This record gives sequence, C-alpha cells and structure tokens, in this order.
Amino acid sequence: MEAVLFFSFAALALAGALGVVLARNPVHAVLNLLVTLVTMAVFFLMQDADLVAIIQIVVYAGAVVVLFVFVITLLGVDREESLHEPLPLQRPLAIGLGVLLLLQVIVLAGNEWATGEHSVRGPLDDARSGNVETLARSLFTDFIWAFEITAVLLVIAVVGGVVLARRSRQVPATRAAEDGS
Amino acid sequence: MDITPSYYLVLAAMLFTIGAVGLLVRRNTLVMFMCVELMLNAANLTFVTFAKTLDDIGGQVIVFFTLVVAAAEVAVGLAIIVAIFRRRQGVTADDIHALEG
Repeated sequence: MEAVLFFSFAALALAGALGVVLARNPVHAVLNLLVTLVTMAVFFLMQDADLVAIIQIVVYAGAVVVLFVFVITLLGVDREESLHEPLPLQRPLAIGLGVLLLLQVIVLAGNEWATGEHSVRGPLDDARSGNVETLARSLFTDFIWAFEITAVLLVIAVVGGVVLARRSRQVPATRAAEDGS
Repeated sequence: MDITPSYYLVLAAMLFTIGAVGLLVRRNTLVMFMCVELMLNAANLTFVTFAKTLDDIGGQVIVFFTLVVAAAEVAVGLAIIVAIFRRRQGVTADDIHALEG
C-alpha cells in the first residue's frame, strides 16, 4: 500500500517538476509547480511530518503559488513564449551538468550514508499528538534564536518588497538621466 | 515491498536536478524562480526523510526555517521582477543585461 502510494505520487511529483521546466506558458508552469508542492505535502504526511505537511499546503500551495499567479497576471506575461535558445551549447551543457549532478548526489547518498546520533533534538514522538507538541517545544526552546531571527528576516523581506515595488510619482531628473531611459 | 528512506532521497535528488536544469535552461525569470522553489522543496524532502530516519525533530524544525527563507525570497524576488518589468518591459533573463561589459 505504501509502495503504491509512494510510486504514484513520485510519478506525479516528477511530472509536475518536468511540467514546470517544459511549459511554454508561465501560468501552466505555476499549476505544474502546485502539483509538485501538494505531492510533497503527501510525502511529508507519509513520513510523520503532519504539521510540516499542513504548513507546506498553506504557505507554498496557498501563499507562494497565489503570489506567482498574481505577479504573472499583473505583468501580463501569461502568453506563450518560444523556447528557442540563442546560445547553441547552453541547453546540452545544462542537461549534461544536470545528469552529472544527479549521479553525483546518488553516488554520494549511496556511499556516505548519514549515520548520525539518533534523536539529538528529541525524538519524533508521533504516538500522542502527531509530533506537533514536540516540534513546538523544540522550536521555542532549542531554536528560539533562529526563530527570532526569521522574524527579523520576514520584516526585512516585507520592507524590501514594498520599497522595490513602490512606484515613485516623480522620478528626479538626475536619476532619470542616470538610468539612461 | 518496503519503501526505505533511500527512495525518498533519490526522488529528492531527481527533483533537485530537474530544478537545477530548469534554472539553467529557462530564460523567463518567473519560471527560474519556480525552479528555485523546486530545489528548496527537494531539500525539504531530504530534511524530513532524515528526521524520520534518525528519529530527530530537528529535521522538521529546519524545514520551517527553509519555508520562511523561501517565502522571503519569493516576496523580494517577485518585487525585483516587477521593478525590472516596469523599466524594461520584459521578464526574460535577456532583458536584464544592464551589467554586461
């Protein structure tokens, strides 16, 4: 049963990932990305990561994908684009490097298997509450500094996004000259 | 048959590779961003797999931080794309050649 689930969703995830790369239309690419993200949530569920799976759906499949669709429709770049490649060697080289990367990762994963100490930050403890409680305790004790720093990071990202996307009413003459537009 | 962690790791490696190749091949910056998201998700899958393998909650906590970084990256990156589109009327990587020598 687990094998059937795994292989069917793995095929779906790979199809979605290939769809992102091969789709001519950015909107189709986003929808293919959504398929991959939701199958990721299924894989998280299969490995006792309940809360992470839900957050994956809410943050990725909800916020990030909607943001992508919003920007695509805002900019009006939702038309087909040609996949023509002006640099002749670029594409075969990229695919060759990709195959090399894949082989490298698989060989490394086969040889240098992660054999660490078990339960350094506490066991998963999925019997009682689907390890939500363990995760929260670890997040708010061991990783409290990292947690606070991510809050700062998010504030910086929001401020940066607003500053970058803001359109000032009048561009000063010197700046317009510098831009050369 | 039994699904061992190595199945998940190989799947994550394949997703990561597809994302990396897409990042190199595609010229639309939006699609390149989606490929970065694919790579981040592949990394998340390995984290969750090792959390399960080593019975360690730390792997799942790290996924949270990856999600936050990905969200911040998307917010700033899409703002940059919008800013570039206003100036250049295009979002392909060829439109951003202001730094060429």
